[in-house]
Amino acid sequence: MPKVIGAVTVDAMRCKGCELCVVACPTHTLALKSNDVNDRGYHYAYAADMATCIGCAACATVCPDACIEVYRVIEK
Amino acid sequence: MEEVRLMKGNEAIAHAAIRYGADGYFGYPITPQSEVLETLEAEMPWETTGMVVLQAESEVAAINMIYGGAASGKAVMTSSSSPGISLKQEGISYIAAAELPALIVNVMRGGPGLGTIQPSQADYYQATKGGGHGDYHLIVLAPATVQEMADFVALGFDLAFKYRTPAMILADGIVGQMMEKVVLPEPRARRTQAEVEAQCPWAATGRHGREHRNVVTSLELDPSRMELNNERFQRTYAEIEANEVRYAEYYTDDAEYLIVAFGSVARICLKAIEDARAKGVKVGLLRPITLWPFPKTRIGELASQAKGILTVELNAGQMIDDVRLASECRVPVAHFGRMGGIVPNPNEVLDALYNHFPEAKP
Amino acid sequence: MTPEEIINPANRVYARPRLLTEANTHYCPGCSHGVVHRIVAELLEEMGLENRAVGVAPVGCAVFAYNYIDVDWVEAAHGRAPAVATALSRLNPDNLVFTYQGDGDLAAIGTAETIHAANRGENIAIIFINNAIYGMTGGQMAPTTLLGQKTATTPYGRRADLNGYPLNITDLLAQLRGTCYVTRQAVHTAAAARKTKAAIKKAFENALAGKGTSVVEVVGTCSSGWKMTPAQANDWMAEHMTEHYPLGDLKNE
Repeated sequence: MPKVIGAVTVDAMRCKGCELCVVACPTHTLALKSNDVNDRGYHYAYAADMATCIGCAACATVCPDACIEVYRVIEK
Repeated sequence: MEEVRLMKGNEAIAHAAIRYGADGYFGYPITPQSEVLETLEAEMPWETTGMVVLQAESEVAAINMIYGGAASGKAVMTSSSSPGISLKQEGISYIAAAELPALIVNVMRGGPGLGTIQPSQADYYQATKGGGHGDYHLIVLAPATVQEMADFVALGFDLAFKYRTPAMILADGIVGQMMEKVVLPEPRARRTQAEVEAQCPWAATGRHGREHRNVVTSLELDPSRMELNNERFQRTYAEIEANEVRYAEYYTDDAEYLIVAFGSVARICLKAIEDARAKGVKVGLLRPITLWPFPKTRIGELASQAKGILTVELNAGQMIDDVRLASECRVPVAHFGRMGGIVPNPNEVLDALYNHFPEAKP
Repeated sequence: MTPEEIINPANRVYARPRLLTEANTHYCPGCSHGVVHRIVAELLEEMGLENRAVGVAPVGCAVFAYNYIDVDWVEAAHGRAPAVATALSRLNPDNLVFTYQGDGDLAAIGTAETIHAANRGENIAIIFINNAIYGMTGGQMAPTTLLGQKTATTPYGRRADLNGYPLNITDLLAQLRGTCYVTRQAVHTAAAARKTKAAIKKAFENALAGKGTSVVEVVGTCSSGWKMTPAQANDWMAEHMTEHYPLGDLKNE
């Protein structure tokens, strides 16, 4: 059974911390950085649990600020 | 080639637009200018030159179509009459602020309000003092003949493109409706797309490989940059005032009394002056052709030699303000006007002249 | 594989579209405009339209759309985008001309321009963001504000007897013979956003093919105006807005 492994990166400076990616993520990979803010004062999103990511891009698809990149490999 | 025709002023505008190589006309019917749109629809220039003609759903839509067409660098025009021109003021302000070339024709009727469909010149203030919001000017051309109706299409477009600012032909209902002999200019080909993009590198034509995007907007929320925009507009207006004043003079060399009138009224005044001259009255005429920029320098010079100035207008006295400013109180300036669609005859003009300046009476 | 091994260009399945400019948008966190802008930029890039697309920006929150999508733009007066687009399209028939308008712009002050451009079947794509509120001016009632919905000018909720009814203009536009494709979509979930992308793609294709006017309404949110978090606003939208503005195609010819 091939295994899908994903990864996401968030442009923390561009992120406005709206949390829509966190809500959209089916694997609870993403979270807001509750103890840090970016230059504009937002609790930005980050991959809190990258191991769970399946690279489905749901996060990037709902991101209003286009600050998420998604990567995916299929391990045979 | 040139062609001699007998036609209405409104029809001459339509034919001149096609022959100029205009790219588009967008208008809405209103008396007394509907022949512009009617003539264009009948001529079907989209079959010959490719000119787009569209009857819009309102004057508001028509002027915004002009804004859109001009934003892509095209030579576009609209026409209307006074109440419709009021509706267009929003768009005209945007066109001026976005520094777009466009031609707007106002065949004036009596106002205010719905007023009357008869001729008037009561939109002088609106045309020359702004009309819409903000600090801007239109180049305002006042035709007195059907020939000038035709000629000012090309002149208006040329000036609009030269200065990237809207121009207006401010005609009265008389010159729009009357028929005269007119020499229509030689047809010119519409500009190719490459020529449009070369002439208007600022236009929203689609990038077509251009490295940067072009944005046509009148919005600038940064006040310091908005002030710079305004200063640039004012420099343009100063340049227009320096270069583009146009007027015609008749019998002014020895004139002791000066009549100032524009449009068809100037023709009535000229007849009055010829009658007065026959009786030895030294009266002359200055006819502003550009109402903005106004021929204030020349009027100031004539004010120094005259004993009195009479402005004759189809309104309650609007241009008289500019004549007074130009004359700098060197000479009494009086107004004679008829309103609401009434047109004076030459005798009434002379009566008014002698009324205000009894010593002029032969 | 470690994340470091996965994160390399060869494995990238989603990246910021090239036609979004580097500017950070002025939109509030979670604003639907950002999602739709991103979709438009993706499509212009994927469809190879960057050299012949001309957008018409509205007055409203999206007034600065031209700062974010790297194609030619014309900024229209409030409500006049369809008239501006009419001339742009007729005078430049090889271009893709699209408008991007909010509910106040399209369905209040610009109702006449919208209906008549659509009725003429202008070859344009109209992207209509309906978030039931005037965001830019501070959250006043929009033509599409729901009955009972609180706004700055309906502080006790919209009342039919005082304010009239929410205007479902997209249904009206679907009745016109000039429209070829009229649909209502949303961007509150990934699945919805993908459908919106497919809808706007079809609208662009229709405009290029000269099929007439396409209207893509996107039922969006305004978390600031609605005084909710973005996630709450999405939930509220799905629960309340779609009842009056049901999602799906209204016309597809």
